[in-house]
Amino acid sequence: MQKNSFRWKIGGLAGNGIKAAGDIFAKTCTRGGLHIFDYLEFPSLIRGGHNTYQIRVEDRDVFSHDDRIDLLVALNDNAIRLHQNELDPGGGIMYDPRVITADVESLGAKGIKLFAIPLVELAKKYGEIVMQNTVSVGASFALVKYPFEILERVIHDAFAGKNDEVVTSNVLAAKAGYDFIEKEFSSVDFSHLLEPIGSSSTQLVVTGNDALALGAIQAGCKLYVAYPMSPSSSILHTMAQYGDQFGIVVKHAEDELSVANMAIGANYAGVRAMLGTSGGGFALMGEAVGLAGITETPLVMVGAQRPGPATGLPTWTAQSDLRFVLHAAQGEFPRFVIAPGDMEECFYTASEAFNLAEKYQTPVIILLDKYLSEGHKSVVPFDLSRVKIDRGQVAREKDLSGLSEYRRYAVTESGISPRAFPGTKGGLHIANSDEHDPYGYSEESSENSTEQMEKRLRKFDKAEVDIEQPKLTGTPNADVTLVGWGSTKGPIREAMQLLEGAGITANQLHIRFINPFPSKTVASVFRQAKKTVVIENNATGQLFGLIRERIGLEAHAKVLKFDGRPFHPREIKKSIEDILTHA
Amino acid sequence: MLKGQDFNTTYQPTWCPGCGDFGIWTALKTALDELQLDPHNVVVVYGIGCSGNMANNVKTYAFHGLHGRPIPVAEGIKLANHDLTVIIIAGDGDTYGEGMNHFISSIRGNHDVTLIVHDNQVYGLTTGQTSPTSEKGFKTKSTPGGVIEEPVNPVSLALSAGASFIARGFSGDTTQLTDLIKKGIQHKGFALVDTLQPCVTFNKINTFQWFYRRVYHVEKEGYIPNDWNKAMAKAREMERMATGVLYVRERPSYHASLPVLEKGPLVKQPLDGIDISKIYKDFV
Ligand SMILES: Cc1ncc(C[n+]2csc(CCOP(=O)(O)OP(=O)(O)O)c2C)c(N)n1
Ligand code: SF4
Ligand SMILES: [Mg+2]
Repeated sequence: MQKNSFRWKIGGLAGNGIKAAGDIFAKTCTRGGLHIFDYLEFPSLIRGGHNTYQIRVEDRDVFSHDDRIDLLVALNDNAIRLHQNELDPGGGIMYDPRVITADVESLGAKGIKLFAIPLVELAKKYGEIVMQNTVSVGASFALVKYPFEILERVIHDAFAGKNDEVVTSNVLAAKAGYDFIEKEFSSVDFSHLLEPIGSSSTQLVVTGNDALALGAIQAGCKLYVAYPMSPSSSILHTMAQYGDQFGIVVKHAEDELSVANMAIGANYAGVRAMLGTSGGGFALMGEAVGLAGITETPLVMVGAQRPGPATGLPTWTAQSDLRFVLHAAQGEFPRFVIAPGDMEECFYTASEAFNLAEKYQTPVIILLDKYLSEGHKSVVPFDLSRVKIDRGQVAREKDLSGLSEYRRYAVTESGISPRAFPGTKGGLHIANSDEHDPYGYSEESSENSTEQMEKRLRKFDKAEVDIEQPKLTGTPNADVTLVGWGSTKGPIREAMQLLEGAGITANQLHIRFINPFPSKTVASVFRQAKKTVVIENNATGQLFGLIRERIGLEAHAKVLKFDGRPFHPREIKKSIEDILTHA
Repeated sequence: MLKGQDFNTTYQPTWCPGCGDFGIWTALKTALDELQLDPHNVVVVYGIGCSGNMANNVKTYAFHGLHGRPIPVAEGIKLANHDLTVIIIAGDGDTYGEGMNHFISSIRGNHDVTLIVHDNQVYGLTTGQTSPTSEKGFKTKSTPGGVIEEPVNPVSLALSAGASFIARGFSGDTTQLTDLIKKGIQHKGFALVDTLQPCVTFNKINTFQWFYRRVYHVEKEGYIPNDWNKAMAKAREMERMATGVLYVRERPSYHASLPVLEKGPLVKQPLDGIDISKIYKDFV
């Protein structure tokens, strides 16, 4: 019997309420003090495709999903066909015998526990057929003997705002599922138990997109503009939902060209404006990235990656836009590229991005991906005192009065020159996409072109030491150093523990700042490491190559995955073992 | 009081002698002067073209952006600080070619900006290729066999999209053009001032003389710009070209329709005192 370590998966058709069931399941666990990490798979369809939601529950912080499961709730045959092999010994399948025609008996013979339950009938008894998702959630909690009252409260809150009938019928449906299992399977020993644990603070259940949106709101983002594109769209939805409450204008613009230019206009006028998109939309914004660069306008851009090229795999995951965003736009100018690795980093990166964009007056690109953007993790509430607002050098009326002239693009030692917002007396200037003189007037002379280019690039002379350096975590002097960026942070961390369990010591270098590149730190880690392996969700090893370019050292090996699926810890462990044995 | 020349910068325009852009420049500065606008409360957003090169010659806040994209930049500025007067100077290529989607969208949203289009029926800065308003059959370097496409009619297009203020001016008539620009700025919502502008270097068909023979002032014929169908008829006249205010319909502007802006411009809202913990309840 295993207590408080449980992997649950529900699978069915798009339209079966898979997502709602997963949301409720996750929150019911976290309200009892347990920790969760979840992962959703769905095709780019509204109806009919196969959807799954899998949740890993532990009594400690969890950092990734798992490829194995303990209980499969199968709302259709496909769910059984596709996922039966993911079940670990002692696992179970919950299904409606009147819906499922697959041969479950043979699975039973292999030791998989079978939980036949009339999901549809119970759903219809209390409401609509779609409520079989709620029935199955109730039944699942009965199997692991988790108190129904917690689930009941979550359902109440989830449907708050809808009429009482919806709340009541869902509670009744969940209870019917719960009672059915208690009554019919009381003698069956299921291998897993979930039990609430005392917890001092409430946990939030957030996606990376949620965390980033919350971070942006807290950082004083006043305008959010986007054009819908998976997996960035939920940032738009969240910002729109809370816009009125926090005084934020949220604009769904006509296209991504508009999105980028509008965000630049708003930042130029003095507000903190952010935009969100995915690779395809980012491609349309290319020229505008350079516009922010040469006009020295702060611009925070969120790019949530999915596999390409072109439309690619719209609802799946990848880390294949790194090289693209590092180089997007003609010409040369400084830009930050930051790849947060988990929900906490998403939250704090938002305010950091605004501060850097305003301090350096240049674009800041935050790279997410589907795995991070749309999966949930339980987190302790964010530390709002860590969110500092630094607007950089702004020329206000009091700074300008008495000056005989204002040079917006004054050539300074740091390369940074104070910007005046329109409406400020004494601050007239041209924010100019043409090469310009210190006042902003178009100017093509050789001296001026050189001077302004050097001024802009000089802003990054010290940026490398201004950013947070990557830290080596885990065992010092380990057998292997696992190097990654972005959303592989969690799976690598979990893989490290699996490796240690197998007698291999490992440590992890998670590179969050990719531009400017923390060369000194990375080089010193590489020089001391016994063996370095770069792990990336792409086909060409983009960070692998970048490291070689920036520090002149090459990692010993790379582990790449580019099928739209995120890494899970076990496969990382296996790859590392293979690399070490063949070395 | 400010004079038109108080809006001059230390730089002289670089247009060809006799270019219609000079008239638009004069009219814009005079309009700002006559409306007694403070230069620091005006932002002019410029596209890329001969038209956009005016960025160096008008002393207000200026944003010289990308080809085709001045409209969204202007919208972003207005949303951030709706106390500012926001004007766009763009070419016909900027507006009806590269940035057509923004043109239609801004009209639909009724963003409170004034768009002055230098409609010279060519791409001036790139040395005279066809533009979306070039007449069918027009021969240019990029269309030596003559333009195949039907031209865009900016006024009828704006009408179809639901524009709340549409005027057509002529750069050879700066008195009228000044008045149209002033009315456009005063209009609360999207204002189009499509301005017929001879390009003396690359357009040998639509010359000053060509326009002088055709343009007339609609108001002198008792025209009242409140009827969509009549405006559409005026837009489509070919032999004569109607100038003046062709259509006005008051409707709320985009920023005035946003409840969050009732407290005042975004740029004046404080950034401290925000507390997201009050929405944590939605995530537990
Ligand atoms: C994205 C992009 N494409 C093309 C150009 C080259 N270009 C510069 S100005 C221009 C056309 C200008 O025509 P118009 O907008 O009518 O302005 P005009 O010069 O006639 O005033 C073009 C195509 C550019 N700057 N950017
Ligand atoms: S090329 Fe045409 S539009 Fe451009 S400045 Fe010369 S005359 Fe004017
Ligand atoms: Mg033109």
